[in-house]
Amino acid sequence: MTSRRRLLAGAAVAGLGAAAGAGAVTVAAGDRDTPVPAALDTTPDTGTATVAFHGPRQAGVSEDPPAHAAFVAFTLAAGVDRRALARMLRLLSDDGRRLTQGRPALGDTDATLAVLPARLTVTFGFGPGLYRAAGLPSPVADLPAFRIDRLERRWSGGDLLLQICADDPLTVAHTQRMLIKDARPFAAIRWVQQGFRRSPGVQAPSYTQRNVLGQLDGTANPRGAAEIDPAVWHPDGSTTLVVRRVRAEIEKWDMLAVSDKENAVGRRLESGAPLSGHQERDEPDFTALDDSGLPAMPDFAHVTRAHVTDPALKILRRPYNYDGVPDAAGRPDAGLIFAAYQRDIARQYVPIQQRLADKDLLNEWITPIGSAVFAIPPGCADGGWIGEQVLA
Amino acid sequence: MKNYRFSATVTAALLVAFGTAGCGNSDDTASPAASATAATTLTIKDPWVKAAAAGEMTAAFGVLTNDTGADITVTAAESPVSPMELHEMTMKDGKMVMQPKEGGFVIKAHGTHELGPGGDHLMMMKPSAAIEAGDEVTFTLKLADGSTVPFSAIAKPFAGAAESYAPDMPMGSSAP
Repeated sequence: MTSRRRLLAGAAVAGLGAAAGAGAVTVAAGDRDTPVPAALDTTPDTGTATVAFHGPRQAGVSEDPPAHAAFVAFTLAAGVDRRALARMLRLLSDDGRRLTQGRPALGDTDATLAVLPARLTVTFGFGPGLYRAAGLPSPVADLPAFRIDRLERRWSGGDLLLQICADDPLTVAHTQRMLIKDARPFAAIRWVQQGFRRSPGVQAPSYTQRNVLGQLDGTANPRGAAEIDPAVWHPDGSTTLVVRRVRAEIEKWDMLAVSDKENAVGRRLESGAPLSGHQERDEPDFTALDDSGLPAMPDFAHVTRAHVTDPALKILRRPYNYDGVPDAAGRPDAGLIFAAYQRDIARQYVPIQQRLADKDLLNEWITPIGSAVFAIPPGCADGGWIGEQVLA
Repeated sequence: MKNYRFSATVTAALLVAFGTAGCGNSDDTASPAASATAATTLTIKDPWVKAAAAGEMTAAFGVLTNDTGADITVTAAESPVSPMELHEMTMKDGKMVMQPKEGGFVIKAHGTHELGPGGDHLMMMKPSAAIEAGDEVTFTLKLADGSTVPFSAIAKPFAGAAESYAPDMPMGSSAP
């Protein structure tokens, strides 16, 4: 499957779709035959597919992101200590291991909503406040303030995060409801961010996701265990997560010509190719000059500023789009729930964000309005619970 | 929940397990302990108990499974935490109310018997201490043949099934 997806992706980028072979079907579109990738994931299996809950690492990080997500952040109630946290996490872990496998939670009042997990994952994140409540040193600290930040309290911080992902929004909704009910004796909702990607079957998972500004988002991600492991996972199975809510100033973005948009990003909008190259996965060449003798990759472009060469310093982006309700004038409330996994926030994430904050033309059209950091503790074995290595 | 293999001599009122008796296994069936008096034929799947304040009536639930070729009767339930009764729901004066189950719960040969909010349940009449969300509570089912089935259930916050208790018990208002 992997090789077929790669072939499809490469073929599409190179405009060679007709050569994609077994994975492609041809449909008539107007007066020409337009090859499109076969719908790979539209079988009924989409609903019954599961991702294992138990294991040395938590699910919901390395897998291809499902189409829908809810990021639910909690503020712990006063008096919730290490023992109470353990009680809470045993309950929530029990819910997670059942619901992810398509089984109702204990006391599930809507058990019929639990039967189609659709690759449901529930990923637990611990904010600095959880470690404070437990009387333990926190492995993560709030990000430094960045010049570009316009952070709102209603999208920032959090003691506990539940990242709920599935290929079906009703499954996400039910899981979110069940987990919130069981967390209620221990914690209040701080914020909920709901987001989406392409639906299953619309595109092969190997395609890079587009964000609401139309940009391919995630091209430079580490891929496969050989790249992901050294950048993301500690040997004990833990990692860290940065969640940033980034508002897209779409009405301003609309006013740009395509070439201006491409200069801001440093990539062609349609193909995602760096301005120095031809295909999406081409490495940007920062020494290449364009016809006028200027760097093909402008030094103010997003890709130039964000680029990381050391594989161990890369971050794994797992973003979701959001698109809320427009205001009366029709101006959108849309943007990106930017979720980045990495071993070490200070060593990997912060330098990238600092370079972007210092100089990135794209800052004209995006505004960070929320920010939170979480440690992602290791997974748990059958019979265990998430957080037991930290709190037991 | 995990195969809760508790000794029949467990005396702790609440076992708040950290790390060992966690949540999670593949079959979710609490098997009887390997004790001389324990039945090896009746199991309870997916046991849980509604969290409650001290002194507040609450109940435990799960699915009883009889793997034998003969009917099994549960005659009583016990817990170190609270006096207990076996309850059923019945219609009285146009209202669903709960009342003690005469003769206990009969689980048919190779059959299952669901204990759940709004149905038959293991009633905890007056917990001596708060049963907090995430606590584990131990129970023992007594069978008609004199054997016992110990099990452990996790406490869940649960707002539903606030039934009233038929025998005019003033404490019944918040019962499951």
